[in-house]
This record gives sequence, C-alpha cells and structure tokens, in this order.
Amino acid sequence: MATAAYEPRIVAFFCNWCTYTASDLAGTARLAYEPNAPVIRVMCSGRVDPQFVLKALQEGADGVLIGGCHPGDCHYQEGNYKALRRFRLLKRVLTQFGVEDERVRLEWISASEGDRVQHVINEMTHQLRALGPFHQARS
Amino acid sequence: MAQKPKVAFYWCASCGGCEEAVVDLEENILKVVDAVDIVLWPVAMDFKKKDIEAMEDGSIAVAFINGAVRMSEQEEWVHLLRKKAQMVVAFGACAHLGGIPGLANLNTKQQVFDTCYRDVPSNDNQAKTVPGLDSTVDGHHLHLPVFWDTVKSLAQVIDVDYYLPGCAPPPDLIWGAINAILTGQLPPKGAVLSPNKACCDDCPRKDTKPDKIEISEIKRPATHLMDPELCFMAQGFICMGPATRSGCGNRCIEGNMPCRGCFGPMDDVYDQGAKFLSAFASILAPKDEAGIDKLLDQIPDPTGTFYRFSLPTSLLHRRKTGAPV
Ligand code: SF4
Ligand code: SF4
Ligand code: SF4
Ligand code: FES
Repeated sequence: MATAAYEPRIVAFFCNWCTYTASDLAGTARLAYEPNAPVIRVMCSGRVDPQFVLKALQEGADGVLIGGCHPGDCHYQEGNYKALRRFRLLKRVLTQFGVEDERVRLEWISASEGDRVQHVINEMTHQLRALGPFHQARS
Repeated sequence: MAQKPKVAFYWCASCGGCEEAVVDLEENILKVVDAVDIVLWPVAMDFKKKDIEAMEDGSIAVAFINGAVRMSEQEEWVHLLRKKAQMVVAFGACAHLGGIPGLANLNTKQQVFDTCYRDVPSNDNQAKTVPGLDSTVDGHHLHLPVFWDTVKSLAQVIDVDYYLPGCAPPPDLIWGAINAILTGQLPPKGAVLSPNKACCDDCPRKDTKPDKIEISEIKRPATHLMDPELCFMAQGFICMGPATRSGCGNRCIEGNMPCRGCFGPMDDVYDQGAKFLSAFASILAPKDEAGIDKLLDQIPDPTGTFYRFSLPTSLLHRRKTGAPV
C-alpha cells in the first residue's frame, strides 16, 4: 500500500446516553473534525464485548475507540466500570499481541462534551496516521 | 466379505497425548481394529508416505489428524490426507484450535530457535548449530522441512469435516465419534463433536457458584490452597469453565484443578480468550483504574492463560508481525 494513500480507519463504539449524544452535539455545533471514525451506537460502554474490538482490528480497522459516561454517570449504574475493567485487561492482552497502545482507547465523554469528541478523534487519527496501518495476519 | 472402511491416524505438531488417548480406548480399541482397516498410524505402525500416495483419491474413509500445523512437511501430509480421505477429523485441541504449540505465535521462529538451541541453560551446543534447510553430514545430503513463524490449526490449512475437542479428547468422546462415523449418524459438517454448552453447566460445583461474584484477590493453583468443593471462580481462581465447551466430564474440576479451556469455545463465539476476559473482568471488584491495575498485576500472563489452547484460532491469530519485542 502506498503510504500516501493511507488513512487510518477507526471504529468508534459510543454509548447512547453520553458520547453518542456528544458526537451529535459536535455535529449540530458544526465542529469540524477528522472523518476517520464512523460511530457504532451501543446502549452502554458495558455492552462493548472485547470480541468487538478484536473483530474490528481483524477486519481491517487500524484503531478502536470506546466512549462512555463518566464514572458515576452510567445510565445502568455499573456498565462503565465493567467497560473499564475489560479495557484494562484487554490492553494487557493486546500488548502481548504486539498491538500498539495508541490503537485502542477508552474515553469518558459526557453528552455536553462535543468538543471532547472533536479533540479525541482528531488526536487519535493523527496518532494512527503517524503509526501506520495495522497489519495482522489473516487466514 | 465387504471391505472394511480404511482409517488413517496422523500427527503433526503434537505431544503424543492424542495418540495415547486412542490407546486409552482400552478394549474398545480391539473393536475399532475389527471394524476398520488402519492404513496409516505412524506412532504405532510402519507405513511410508509413498504407500499413501499410491492409494486412490478418496479411498480412505476417515483421517484423524492431531497436532497443530507448523512445518512444511506437516502441510504436505495433511494435504495428501485430505486428498485421499473422504472425511477429515481434527483430533484434539492442537488440531482443533492450535493448542499448546500455538502459544509460540506470541513469538517468532527466530525467538523459538534462539531459546531452544542457544539460550536454554541445559543446552550443550557450543557450535551454536541450528536446524537449516539443507545440510551435508558425512557425505549424506539432508533436507529438512521449513519451520514456520506461525502455528496453524488444521482448518487453517485444509478443509476439516469434524472436530474432536480436548487436550486430549476423552475416550468416551472418541468412541462416540467413531461409532457415529461407522453408523453414519453424524451432525452437519463442521460440527464440534461435543455438546454446545458451557463447562459450568455440567460442573459438579455449579451450585456453589453464587449469582454475584466479586473478586478482590486473584489466586493461583501454584500458590494458594484450593477448596475441594467450592466453585473455583468464587474462590478467586481463574477457571475457564464459563467460556469453555462442555463434554470432558469436568475432569480437571474432578481433580481439583480449575478448567483451563482445552475444549475451546462454544459455537458462535469468535474468540475464546476475549469471551473469557469479558466475563472475568466484569466480576472483578475494583472500580478505579489504579485498583483494577493492581489486581490485574496478579495475572502474570493473561494471554497465555485465556488463550492457552486457542491462540492460532483467536481473532488476531498471532503477535503482530514486526512488532518490537
Ligand atoms: S491436544 Fe493435547 S494431548 Fe493432543 S497433541 Fe495437543 S497437547 Fe498433546
Ligand atoms: S467457574 Fe469453574 S468451578 Fe465454577 S462452576 Fe464454572 S466450571 Fe465449575
Ligand atoms: S475441565 Fe477444562 S481444561 Fe479440563 S479437560 Fe475439561 S475442558 Fe479441558
Ligand atoms: S450508559 Fe453510558 S456508559 Fe453506561
């Protein structure tokens, strides 16, 4: 692949109650940001099965972003704590698989933080652009 | 007399335990020998590759292949057997999922060779000889198979009809599979020949598993005493039961050891390790990053633990090639 043509593909799993709403807000506020992260809406960050993250990477994503409500604010009380525990453990596994730290990220972004969506997606896109594509052996 | 169906047993990257498992059929092995004509079984009988090559395509009724595939010679053999056999059964965890040899996928061939032939303290290899492809010893030319970087499951190399899970598969499951094959009572192609439910469902300790578990200390069999009756997870041990297919007779649990996952995932699970990770992380007690990380430090090798038998068939298959060590 010619490096010039490389644009990172990020799969974003955003919680319906906070980060997804924040990305909506970013849109209505006309905040411009990188178009590299199509969003998949989930009901809670606790719904993000680690298999989703691996499946995304295996199917060609260069990075995965999970967005959820701030601690204490989860609509389902505990979902974001579960997400955090899974994420911390998954990161250890991913490191053993040689997957760079920048590729998988968890962020707490509340419904009012549209600018945070803009910032995080921009930052992640720039980091992954510098890092290059995620090549993984596929069978 | 009608011809007996021809059966082949073959091993690839295997420890020999799966061969042992066939012998463990005990007197039933005699019934097998009566009912079929064994045309290949390198561990027990002397056959040559050319004997198999000379056979007509499709003339072997079933080939049972154990072990993972990690060398060019194994690849050649399994392609040959696929051509000659009407049915191929991936026998045991290594053939089914990649198994223990598949853990090498966290390393490269170079690292494996460095460890085996150079770094291991018990090595006496001052000349630092490593296996090469071609060599000449005392005027004899030797050609060795290629050792791959990546270990594969059988189905990653050839088409597989059925899977017999387990490290090794237990005798009753083997016997059941052989009978099903001989009587033509097989499930649809591609099936794993063991019930599609979790190990926990059959576990003698399942009634001691509370509805809500909160783990604040992760224990290890090597360093902590295990209660002989209580659910391992409730005690704080990592038990792969929730993410592992049943059918083994819970033999580890019966021996007071947690399940390590050798039967692989249930149908519809893409990745056994991630499935377990998900369930396990959700029952950990801490809610803050520092507390979580401190607890997770008690798992020295999460990937080796959660993917002990299934690394090559996990979604990522192996450590990213070219990733810095
Ligand atoms: S599945 Fe287990 S017993 Fe069979 S070859 Fe592999 S390691 Fe050995
Ligand atoms: S977690 Fe392990 S010990 Fe507990 S019920 Fe499941 S298989 Fe049995
Ligand atoms: S208890 Fe688990 S590790 Fe032990 S034989 Fe059964 S499936 Fe395999
Ligand atoms: S509802 Fe937003 S993280 Fe649970």
